[in-house]
Amino acid sequence: MSLAGHYTYWVTIFLMIAGLYIVIARGNLVKKLIGLGIFQTSVYLLYIAPGKLIGGTAPILAATFNTYSNPLPHVLILTAIVVGVATLALGLAIVVRIREAYDSIEEDEILDKDSAGDEGQ
Amino acid sequence: MTLLTMMAVVTVAIVAQRNLFAVVVFGSIYSFLMATALVALDAVDVAMTEASVGAGMSTVLLLAALHLTRGDEVKPLRRPLLPMLVAVVIGAALVYGTIGLPAFSDPQAAIHTHVVPRYLGDSLRETGVPNVVTSVLASYRGYDTLGETTVVFTAGAGVIALLRRRRREKKK
Repeated sequence: MSLAGHYTYWVTIFLMIAGLYIVIARGNLVKKLIGLGIFQTSVYLLYIAPGKLIGGTAPILAATFNTYSNPLPHVLILTAIVVGVATLALGLAIVVRIREAYDSIEEDEILDKDSAGDEGQ
Repeated sequence: MTLLTMMAVVTVAIVAQRNLFAVVVFGSIYSFLMATALVALDAVDVAMTEASVGAGMSTVLLLAALHLTRGDEVKPLRRPLLPMLVAVVIGAALVYGTIGLPAFSDPQAAIHTHVVPRYLGDSLRETGVPNVVTSVLASYRGYDTLGETTVVFTAGAGVIALLRRRRREKKK
């Protein structure tokens, strides 16, 4: 174990827990979605960084190269990026609907309004 | 290494910043840094997708959502001690887990010795496509890509369903 050998893992983990922290600690729904996005992009690094070979090249086969970085994580993460933006779009549409129903995108205010509504019945 | 450090700094800025417009802009910068780091890691296809989808489309979507909602985040009432504790404990567990992982760019790591030599050696002969990422994505894992388009279609249908209902209610 060395600093240079494991630095990418540790930055990945830092990004991951920063995203997790935003999702748990912040009440604003848009901010939560951005935190979820950071969590998601940290996973890209987690997959792709171990596939890199120093001295290797992008996995496009050509006669002049014989060392290639690992292409399989790239394929998985391409799928993950596209699915990620689809979930982001759906999440934002739900946030817009919540804003119309409750006139707020803060979790605390929404919960307050919900409990006030229950008592009124 | 510098890129990764810059990404960590931008992430701290995103956590600290309360103006949502600034957060979205920082998020766009973060995505561009991520795309650059992916080029450095030889993942050119992923970098292109991240630059267009992550830094482009996501930013547009977030700005559109901000236009429809409110621009600032209120200050939280409680001090976020419990979330901080949860994050630190999970981070410590994950760092402990990395001790057993192979070092960066170790050619003897399991990821480089299994499965991949088969694709790198035979995919050109089997599919005729020199870009291995393309041949795996569209040929060997074609069904997975079909599933992905299904997910995107479902999400698009969901967005339309949510926002169309709203327009109809406005008309009433």
